[in-house]
Amino acid sequence: MVDSSTVLWGQTIAYTIYCLVILLLMAWFAYKITKTGKDNKVKPALFYTFVGFLTALGVSLHIITYNTIPWTPVDLNRSEYVPDKTFDITVENHEFFLPAEKLVIDCNDLVLFDVTSKDLTYGFGIFREDNSMVFQMQVVPGHRNDILWQFDKPGIYTIRSTEYSGPRGIFMILKDVVEVLPCEGS
Amino acid sequence: MSFKNTFMNGAEGLFKPDSLTQIQKIVLRFVVVGLVFYAFAVIEGMIMRIYAVDPIPFISTDQYFAILTAHPLVGIFGSTYALVFGAFLFLTPYLMKKPLYSVKLANWSLILLTSGVLLFWIAGFISHYAPLYTLYWPLPADFSQFSVWGGTFFILGIAILMVGTLFFIINIFKTIVYTPKGWEKQPSAALLGSAIGYTGLRNMFAKKENKKEHLVPLPVAAIARGTVDMVLNTGIILFTGVLILVFMLAHILGFDLKETAIDALLYKNWFWWGLDLIADGLVLIFVAGTWYLLAVMITGKKLFMQNIARAALLLELVVSWTVWSHHLLSDQAQPAILKIVSGEFVTAFELITQGLAFFIVLATLWSARPLKMTNPLKFLLGGLLGFALAVPAGIMQADVGLNRILHNTQWIIGPHVHVAILIGLTMTLYAAVYILFPIVTNGAKLYSQKLANIHFWFHLIGGIGMGAFMGMAGLNGMLRRTLYVDGEFNTYMILAALSGSLLLIAFLVFFYNIVMSVGLKGVIGIFMPSKLKTKELLPE
Repeated sequence: MVDSSTVLWGQTIAYTIYCLVILLLMAWFAYKITKTGKDNKVKPALFYTFVGFLTALGVSLHIITYNTIPWTPVDLNRSEYVPDKTFDITVENHEFFLPAEKLVIDCNDLVLFDVTSKDLTYGFGIFREDNSMVFQMQVVPGHRNDILWQFDKPGIYTIRSTEYSGPRGIFMILKDVVEVLPCEGS
Repeated sequence: MSFKNTFMNGAEGLFKPDSLTQIQKIVLRFVVVGLVFYAFAVIEGMIMRIYAVDPIPFISTDQYFAILTAHPLVGIFGSTYALVFGAFLFLTPYLMKKPLYSVKLANWSLILLTSGVLLFWIAGFISHYAPLYTLYWPLPADFSQFSVWGGTFFILGIAILMVGTLFFIINIFKTIVYTPKGWEKQPSAALLGSAIGYTGLRNMFAKKENKKEHLVPLPVAAIARGTVDMVLNTGIILFTGVLILVFMLAHILGFDLKETAIDALLYKNWFWWGLDLIADGLVLIFVAGTWYLLAVMITGKKLFMQNIARAALLLELVVSWTVWSHHLLSDQAQPAILKIVSGEFVTAFELITQGLAFFIVLATLWSARPLKMTNPLKFLLGGLLGFALAVPAGIMQADVGLNRILHNTQWIIGPHVHVAILIGLTMTLYAAVYILFPIVTNGAKLYSQKLANIHFWFHLIGGIGMGAFMGMAGLNGMLRRTLYVDGEFNTYMILAALSGSLLLIAFLVFFYNIVMSVGLKGVIGIFMPSKLKTKELLPE
């Protein structure tokens, strides 16, 4: 599965370019409306083209991400997958309880994290050593909170609560408790 | 004029509070209250920006989270609601060409809004009650972390504020439909139908000869449709507040009700449904309506494609009822169908409705070239830019795949929320303040144009800069609603704090400019009873 940092990189590039374009467009517009122009009328055709463009963009964005972000179809259809490994994790009183001291994962294994809250709403996120996020989900009490993930890179990862659960929640960090073993052939 | 004289009497002594009608005074009181609460929000924001770089020793972690809880509530309800209430209690009768339904009700809205916001702010400040505005169940009833008494007064403050909001809602709808004393009977049902969009919807399916004309101007339609969302969200917030109060009162009386009696996911759905009627409902509708009004007032021309603009406001209203699930894309128990239909596809309609409003306003301005770059125009352009930046950022995170790596990061609160509120919404409100200032003050003069320019540039650069640096931190994994005590993201946080300080300076410059325009005596005079007992909006 493609690493989430690659997806984020693509998103950063796309949004940065968009921001630069819209900033330049507004600056140009602000300059032009203070000047006399030849044709002040905007043709309705331009308006309808713009509406069509927005509609196509709004719809296609999710179709594109569904077909290019690998975890999306897995996430939406996770009952159809058989995980290679399952970790049952409990959260109570602002503390994570793991099934083992360290969660060791074989590279490219499909892993199910099944997290249960016994009291509050928490979050469950896996973070790289440089603090960037691999993925996260909400952990709601009284409901099943499970996520399937495939790690394609070896490394040491940290678990952290990604949802506010009161001031005590800021200490919900288990540093370096997930280890993904080296991949075959690497 | 000397500095002292201007400070006391305002620029050139032109502002005469004794010349103001009751409605003008109410509007200006709302503006003063809104600006004071904006000062609360901006100072709290600055404290949090500094705290994100290095925790301030005399502010405890518990206090920090109390500030984090109060900050958005004071900003939205204390500041934005006050400014919007003031503006719309003036504009609705102004555009309908009839008196406001009830001056008394408007005064009560102000009193309840102010006292409600002060009560929850003080309760949070003293007791450190900090479940955030999201109130995820059962956190608001977690009395092992929070004081039950602090929470009770906090929720009571919110409830008082909501009652004030209900008074505003009644006043707006009654003003649209009522018949003033001595007037010919007004067609109440037809006026209401036109205001909420029924007439427009019916016209779409009616034969040409059966089409009915719109009885209310377009900006009033926007006010009415945004107020429909306000009715619904006020109901949800009041209901949730009462529910939490029941748990609190039971705890005070020695009974511990089972928190599991309430399903946390169901609660999250209904509360987000209500909250989203503000963020993705009335804010967008009110902003679009204000843009249209500003474009017409600035250019003196008819709005480009005004029938489509009117229809888009109705579409936006319907969309706002069905988008809440984009807040639950990371909740694994949330049904996938809701994530895709409500969370992704209906949410994407906001790109279309807001894009339509954006284009219509630009086309209207373009049709009136050449325009003078006045304060209302430049702030309007800033507001348009803010939403042009923030809406696509929101559409990106409202995607099942991208939400997995963006949810609860600084990306959400930076490029989306703060750019939308500070640049999009606030600059639109500033444009309205600058254009209405001479009308509601009977011709007072702005003290300094140079200061207005500084206000514009510092606010624009500060707001976009802060959003951008928070966004960069978010893309690198920095979460919101937590603390990083080892300085993991300090480069971004220092840059965001510097940008935030520009916002603070911009506000201080604006506040100073307004005080110097109306003078200290003028500010005091606004709060004195009006000598003109007329129900008319402006003095004859």
